[in-house]
Amino acid sequence: MLDIRSLSKIYPNGTHALQDFSLNIGKGELVAVIGGSGCGKSTLLRLLSGLEASTQGEISLEGRLLREPDSLVNIVFQEPRLFPWLTVADNIGFGLRHLAGSERDEQVSEALEKIGLRGYEKRWIKELSGGQAQRVALARALVTKPAVLLLDEPFSALDAMTRVELQDHLIDLWRANATTMLLVTHDIEEAAYLADRVVVMRPWPGRILEVVDIGLPRQRNRMSDELADVKRRLSDLLAHSLHDGSRTASA
Amino acid sequence: MSLVDIALSWQKTETARETRRRRVSPFDHPIVGIVFPLALFAAWEILVRAGIVGGRLMPPPSKILSTVYALSASGDLTTHVGATLRRVTIGFAFGSLVGTALGALTGYSKLLARLLDPTLQALRAIPSIAWVPLFILWFGIFEASKVALIAVGVFFPVYLGVYGAVTGVDRRIVEVGRVFRLSGFELIRLILLPAVLPDFILALRAGLGLGWMFVVAAEFMGASEGLGYLLVDGQQLGKPDQIFAAILIFAIVGKATDSLLLIASAPFLRWRDSHASRI
Repeated sequence: MLDIRSLSKIYPNGTHALQDFSLNIGKGELVAVIGGSGCGKSTLLRLLSGLEASTQGEISLEGRLLREPDSLVNIVFQEPRLFPWLTVADNIGFGLRHLAGSERDEQVSEALEKIGLRGYEKRWIKELSGGQAQRVALARALVTKPAVLLLDEPFSALDAMTRVELQDHLIDLWRANATTMLLVTHDIEEAAYLADRVVVMRPWPGRILEVVDIGLPRQRNRMSDELADVKRRLSDLLAHSLHDGSRTASA
Repeated sequence: MSLVDIALSWQKTETARETRRRRVSPFDHPIVGIVFPLALFAAWEILVRAGIVGGRLMPPPSKILSTVYALSASGDLTTHVGATLRRVTIGFAFGSLVGTALGALTGYSKLLARLLDPTLQALRAIPSIAWVPLFILWFGIFEASKVALIAVGVFFPVYLGVYGAVTGVDRRIVEVGRVFRLSGFELIRLILLPAVLPDFILALRAGLGLGWMFVVAAEFMGASEGLGYLLVDGQQLGKPDQIFAAILIFAIVGKATDSLLLIASAPFLRWRDSHASRI
């Protein structure tokens, strides 16, 4: 459904951020991308969201080439990036500006209900906690009913408790909407717990080291031995990628 | 022993609560700001009345107030305040309009910034009063030259403020606009404008302040009415009470226009999360 073919990105300053990245993501799949810094994770999402143009390769969504921001692709960043001059309701309804007022209000209050912030319509962004703000950012992206939701380390700035809460929340939203999700993270547990498949990247230039099929049932237990095994495997791969990467860099 | 402790601690919490209450009540009120000038005026009045200080060059507050009253009773005050207010308003309107337009353009387009900003910065380096002779030659000695000088004074802070605000808009929030596929016009209306609004208001206030400064200079260069005229007239005829009266009115009207700007903009800035938003 989302088909990425030998995507490369070289920035004007010569940084080779991404090299020959190819991946086919199925409808409703949740894929995580992990790797250390400099392995092109964020670049990948910037290319997929249309914020940057690729140097080589192409992206197609259900057979349609993606070259610029698309109505079927939305993104949630590490920071909520909400509009502080709008209320919570107007932030969530930002992508629904073309709808009639009543219909928009309905969808916004439905979204607020889903993210557990009913009654927050009229609040200002400054009144929200970090976790609440990120929920609103998720809702702002999801009300537009994107086919693909990109998530760029969306929970990394949150405290551990809130992070766990929002990870479970993301799974609920993913199930409810059947949205295809591509989650970039540096948190191995997050990748193992949430994803169907995990793409392990290696740096300089950023490219795929391995794609790991998690193969665990959906109702996952953070404490289970199976998950611990997956985490160990991912962690070994990451260590290998960094080692390998530094060797390549010094060679 | 324990009973004493309890009693003591109870007393302690009681006094703590009391001091807290006391701290909240009288001294947190904004009216406190008026205590110091009032005391100063009272001391001034007493010193003059007691004959310790001569009141001719330092007329006491009562004399100044009676001058203000006389001016307003004769209708002169309305004329002078009206004339000055009109000049400031027109000059402010021109200066802030052009400053906003140019600031927005140079902030938005790198090409225009390269093209225009160096020239404008060079013009800014000229002390604005230096334009006076030229403006008189160009626009005559009446209203037009005065308004032009005020407009120049207002222009620069507004231009600089808007230019800085537009270039300073968070790239990351603009990216959100791109993800939501806003057109160029929508991007300006929905993101850039609201994002620069707080800085814009600040720039307008700075511009207005300079407008009040320049109206005095403008009215010094020959005016038959206006608060600046009252100053010059008071000096030439040796009427310090009139000078003080004009200064007092400047302070009141200047502060009032600034407050008006603040009050008018407050509803649009309620979202702001900053220390200064508590004003």
